[in-house]
Amino acid sequence: MNKVVSIEEAINHIEDGMSIMIGGFLSGGTPIKLVDALVEKGVKDLTIIANDTGFVDSGIGKLVVNKQVKRVIATHIGTNRETGNQMNAGETEVELVPQGTLAERIRAGGAGLGGILTPTGLGTIVEDGKEKIKVNGEMYILEEALRADVALLSGYIVDKCGNTVYNGSANNFNQVMAPAADLVIIEADNIVESGEIDPNDGQTPGIFIDYIVDGGAN
Amino acid sequence: MDNKELIARRVAQEIKDGDVVNLGIGMPTMVANYIPEGVKPILQSENGFLGVGPAPAEGEEDPYIFNAGGQPVTILPDGIFFDSATSFGIIRGGHVDATVLGALQVDAKGNLANWMIPGKMVPGMGGAMDLVTGAKKVIIAMEHTNRGNHKILSECNLPLTAAGKVSLIVTEMGVMEITEEGILLTELNPEYTVDEIQEATGAELIIADNLKEMTV
Repeated sequence: MNKVVSIEEAINHIEDGMSIMIGGFLSGGTPIKLVDALVEKGVKDLTIIANDTGFVDSGIGKLVVNKQVKRVIATHIGTNRETGNQMNAGETEVELVPQGTLAERIRAGGAGLGGILTPTGLGTIVEDGKEKIKVNGEMYILEEALRADVALLSGYIVDKCGNTVYNGSANNFNQVMAPAADLVIIEADNIVESGEIDPNDGQTPGIFIDYIVDGGAN
Repeated sequence: MDNKELIARRVAQEIKDGDVVNLGIGMPTMVANYIPEGVKPILQSENGFLGVGPAPAEGEEDPYIFNAGGQPVTILPDGIFFDSATSFGIIRGGHVDATVLGALQVDAKGNLANWMIPGKMVPGMGGAMDLVTGAKKVIIAMEHTNRGNHKILSECNLPLTAAGKVSLIVTEMGVMEITEEGILLTELNPEYTVDEIQEATGAELIIADNLKEMTV
């Protein structure tokens, strides 16, 4: 099996109006080449699900600056002033989600769960409009699972079947998002032959990955 | 010694050997510089690792090792990386002994507001809500007032980060515990009087019977 394709071929599957999960944390572990290709392609009205919206000149931030994003679901937008400007101007809808809740909603989306019960956000505006459920005397907020049409991920070592090893804190949301989208494209810093990753070391099973592109970071 | 160093040094005394500790961005990060000798906490970075080490020397940065502020750091030999779901399982699941954060406002009920000012500043909560909800001890490290405006109040009026979760407040003026009865002043910086710290506080302070001198 060989899932390696060109960046152009992979990006070809992304259309206007799609929801896209993008791995990374303040651009660390963000698939920069895939995002740049998306900026170049100019697809519009995207819903972006990510930890943050990067910076105005790098990572996810470029999609926002280029006005390709209709809706953002993220934990933090403070490092990219353009997201806040577009939110205040009513151009981009922003849903802010606690980071642990975002991770767990995405995990639930990939794991066939309808949602999760979390105490995070109790007594804050995060609970507004949401169902609260008491379990064994403790109160929780019901947070719904999240899935996306596409996930754009970054991996350190990826074999040609898609089995993936991450590196350092560049893992963050990448591993969580891999099972949670219909189409998953991973930008690999290193592509190796199948069998070269010890099956004990793989972090994302290749079955979650549809296409691999060469990130060429190494 | 400036206020920030004073506060960081005092907070560092709260950290015990072997504690799993998450330090927020900014002044809380400075706490790591003043941990007493012989005390070795395990520092967590919510973007995915335990065993955060010091910043690398210039030219030694590893692009794959960065903290929750996006700054290059190192990982200690006993450290380990993991994904965001595991990281927040550690946080929410009660495996973090202490977290240190700044505040816009904190109140007598242990409520904390530190993530938005409606109409002005809406950066997002990042990991703060989970940290304050899940950590066993929530320590607020901040200057006592915002240029004279009260930050310690009887009730927060900014949107909350979490309700009733703050354990301890450390400022340049003193150390305060959140109790059932309200804010208990346990230590006072000798440069200030009780009247002065009360003046700078928007809630009635309860003065501990054995009020101590704040030393760093």
